[in-house]
Amino acid sequence: MPILGDGHDTLRAKTFTRRSLVMGGGVVTLFAALTGRIYHLQVVERERYAMLAEDNRVNVQLLPPLRGRIFDRFGVELASNRQNYRAVLIPEKAESVERALDALAAYIPISDNQRQKALREARRNKPFTPITVAENLTWEQFASLNLNIPDLSGVEPDVGDTRHYPFGPQLSHVLGYVAAVSERDLENTDDDDPLLRIPGFRIGKQGVERAVDRDLRGKAGVRQIEVNAYGRVIRELSRDTGTPGDDVVLTLDMEIQKFTQARVADQSASVVVMDIHNGDIIALVSNPGFDPNDFNVGISHARWKELTEDPLKPLINKALTGQYPPGSTFKMLTAIAAIEAGVIPPESTVHCSGRMSLGSHDFHCWKRGGHGSVNMIGALKYSCDIYFYEVARRCGVDKISEVAHRFGLGETFGFEVPGEKRGNVPSQAWKLATTGEPWQQGETLITGIGQGYLLATPLQLAVMTARIANGGRAVVPHILRSVGATSYAKPVPPSIGIPDVALDLARQGMNAVSNEPGGTAYGSRIVSDTLALAGKTGTAQVRRITREERATGVIHNDNLPWHLRDHALFVAFAPVDVPRYAISVIVEHGGSGSKAAAPVARDVMQLTLERDPSRRAAMGPSAGIAGKREG
Amino acid sequence: MLDTYGSTRELRFLDKLKDFNWLLIALIAAIASIGFAMLYSVAGGTFEPRASRQMILFGIGLCALIVVALVDLRVWMRLAYPAYAASLLLLVVVELFGKIGMGAERWVDLYVFQLQPSELMKITLILAMARYLHSLTLDEVSRPLTLIPPLAMIGLPVILVLMQPNLGTATILGAVGASLLFVAGLSWKWILPAVGAVAAAIPVGWQFLLPYQKERVYTFLDPERDPLGAGYNILQSKIAIGSGGVFGKGYMLGSQSQLNFLPEKHTDFIFTTLGEEFGLLGAVTLLLLYLAVLTIGMMIAYSSRSHFGRLLAFGICVNFVLYILINVSMVMGVIPVVGIPLPLVSYGGTAMLTVLFGFGLLMCVHLHRNVDVPRHSGAFW
Repeated sequence: MPILGDGHDTLRAKTFTRRSLVMGGGVVTLFAALTGRIYHLQVVERERYAMLAEDNRVNVQLLPPLRGRIFDRFGVELASNRQNYRAVLIPEKAESVERALDALAAYIPISDNQRQKALREARRNKPFTPITVAENLTWEQFASLNLNIPDLSGVEPDVGDTRHYPFGPQLSHVLGYVAAVSERDLENTDDDDPLLRIPGFRIGKQGVERAVDRDLRGKAGVRQIEVNAYGRVIRELSRDTGTPGDDVVLTLDMEIQKFTQARVADQSASVVVMDIHNGDIIALVSNPGFDPNDFNVGISHARWKELTEDPLKPLINKALTGQYPPGSTFKMLTAIAAIEAGVIPPESTVHCSGRMSLGSHDFHCWKRGGHGSVNMIGALKYSCDIYFYEVARRCGVDKISEVAHRFGLGETFGFEVPGEKRGNVPSQAWKLATTGEPWQQGETLITGIGQGYLLATPLQLAVMTARIANGGRAVVPHILRSVGATSYAKPVPPSIGIPDVALDLARQGMNAVSNEPGGTAYGSRIVSDTLALAGKTGTAQVRRITREERATGVIHNDNLPWHLRDHALFVAFAPVDVPRYAISVIVEHGGSGSKAAAPVARDVMQLTLERDPSRRAAMGPSAGIAGKREG
Repeated sequence: MLDTYGSTRELRFLDKLKDFNWLLIALIAAIASIGFAMLYSVAGGTFEPRASRQMILFGIGLCALIVVALVDLRVWMRLAYPAYAASLLLLVVVELFGKIGMGAERWVDLYVFQLQPSELMKITLILAMARYLHSLTLDEVSRPLTLIPPLAMIGLPVILVLMQPNLGTATILGAVGASLLFVAGLSWKWILPAVGAVAAAIPVGWQFLLPYQKERVYTFLDPERDPLGAGYNILQSKIAIGSGGVFGKGYMLGSQSQLNFLPEKHTDFIFTTLGEEFGLLGAVTLLLLYLAVLTIGMMIAYSSRSHFGRLLAFGICVNFVLYILINVSMVMGVIPVVGIPLPLVSYGGTAMLTVLFGFGLLMCVHLHRNVDVPRHSGAFW
């Protein structure tokens, strides 16, 4: 066999060397290029990629802080956070979600709805994502879950926090309720609190819960967790539990609130009790109420329907939003306006024959046959309509209107519980502007007895009474005593510029109403030298009495259907000599003020006065509560 | 029997062992050790199951390397054609009965381990080409008739591998074959039109790509267009490498690798973990080690007296460097994702054994550098 000649092989070898070196050069170049690429990634763009890696790795979760609690002035817990016992299912730890649900159903009731929801969530989420199957379990149910946990693979008993209102319906209108943040809430607010984005986070929707929601909320905690590519939590990197919300102390006295609510049970009524000097609201009742706990966990459709269709309107806070003709309770203001305007000396009498003619119209006193000659105090005592028709005629509506505003009618007070209504105080200009018609003198007359266009809320009537009782100072109602460490100072309110003599007359008149035989509320007086109250009844017509009916005799309230009966009103202050508290009571369609409203006011005021010494001695805003928190 | 080939002098076993290029062995071991360390890291700090298995495979492969190196170069030359034929047959078998793995049919289950005939083909193609080109004079290389066999040798396996489909391996096979023709002295009058033809074939070839292959190309062109879908791998890999910085995040502290953001981190994307945990320093060190191995390989080629040895050593080097270039470019988003492992480092039995087998042949050339090989040998095979 021929062996390749040396010369020939040299030629091949030379070509090989030359060409392979060229390729080797190419390879070295490519390695250099790759190194350049690595340099670019790791040095030039390092920051960017480091950030992306961190983004990948770290998930930030917000932890909802504990909501602040709400107390009454004695430290009684009105809203707290209760442990919410839940059954949580982790699909990957269960053999099958269906079977786990079946097993669970042996210990706690699971509705079809809950079952479907759990299955849906299990399908949608990663298998390690916990699914809440049932919430708000009873302690017994929760205990049985814990006991039988070996049979329930994948099920984990879990404890969360939920809002709890121990007094339920008794405080629904004061406290309001909390519920999950809705899309609308997010749209209608400039609130950019990240807490709102936590699924299931609850915010105050009404009442105090809404008024001081941001203080109650607290600051979100932050949990940094390391997650892997599938979102599974590997470990917790850091945890800041956040700051619990501020505790809130109200001026309410829960004992009185409770008593009052019970006193008007079954009636559509509202009662406001306030301190005439500093404006503290002692009780604010609107009956019936609803159970705010229902809203927290999600109210059922049936229950919602029941609430909205109830003729007693349990969802309406009547104390703030109910607008009623004040009726005879307004007569003090007519009297004060008259004194201030100097249209009648207090001792002058007006003769009441039971009827007064003005033009072609007859105006009637509530008492057929009339009261005879009455002076101002007598007119208040007997609630004589004719006297006030006459006085109002002499004053003119604009003067009455101006005085009414100073006493808080037609005004809002910036009360902390949202929803205050303005009511209505008519004047000539007002009527022209709203109806285009000129004011009629007859309308002045009925305004003088608190009817016609006049409308006032129970809160306004309480404020009116307070301003009469406190010597004409512009006290405004408050229900917040302290929020967190902030106590609300209540400076002495400015004067509303009513002469003392006028106020004194109004008070004497009210005293006569309650404490002199023949007064319209004499039957509902407090028999005591020091704790007596002074009040004024009011009965507000809700229907028009025709001429024919008046001729044959006005139909008695008891013979009318409920919704046509008169509203019963009563306002009062006490004690007579050194006034401290004012109260207003309205019983919707209750009949007469003296029969339906005055007894309620008496009972509530009596309790208020009995508890007065202890209330005065009561701790500073948060002294007693600090101790409770530790416990 | 060796006498019949008219060699100058027979080498004794001990001489051969003494003559081993131990530096090459040391470099290979160093690179493999980097692989063990990275496999240990991505397994969350455990040897089981991959790092330990990889070490065993490396041990087996090293033994194979020594055995392959000790066999006479002329025996390998005589075995070249039969081995090539066998590989080709296996490729056909795979095409017919292959197991499904990673979306492409590439495996033959040999009960002991799963064999990738395409890996085998990379070695046997080099052997066969070297043997064929060895028998030609420089002039003969460029004759049309003599060009037909080597083109067929390259073309057949390339087509079979493409049918699997395995674009990466087909590319390597084609490139290795073409490189051998080039260094064997193929005339420029062939080379230039061939390059033109390949360039022209790319748009045509695009039509034959499967959807997942096209997807990879699209993704490569714009990885951010679907960061959670097809672009995820490249993007996460770049994030991992980039966030490593100059010194890396520290061994076993790469968040991207440890938290499973990286795909295929123990196989094709292991370079990414290295870059994340050891930074620029680690990545460049590995590349320099590879370059050192290649330099030694080329020195072996140049020192060979036989053309067969020269071409064989060169072919092994080309194969090796293609693995590295393709893999490293891929994980950094320079080229589309193709399933090519990082040699000696990525987890995987066949790749490890093939590479070490190749280095065995390289070492064999080194040991037999002074052996004359006749132009026409073993014509009876």
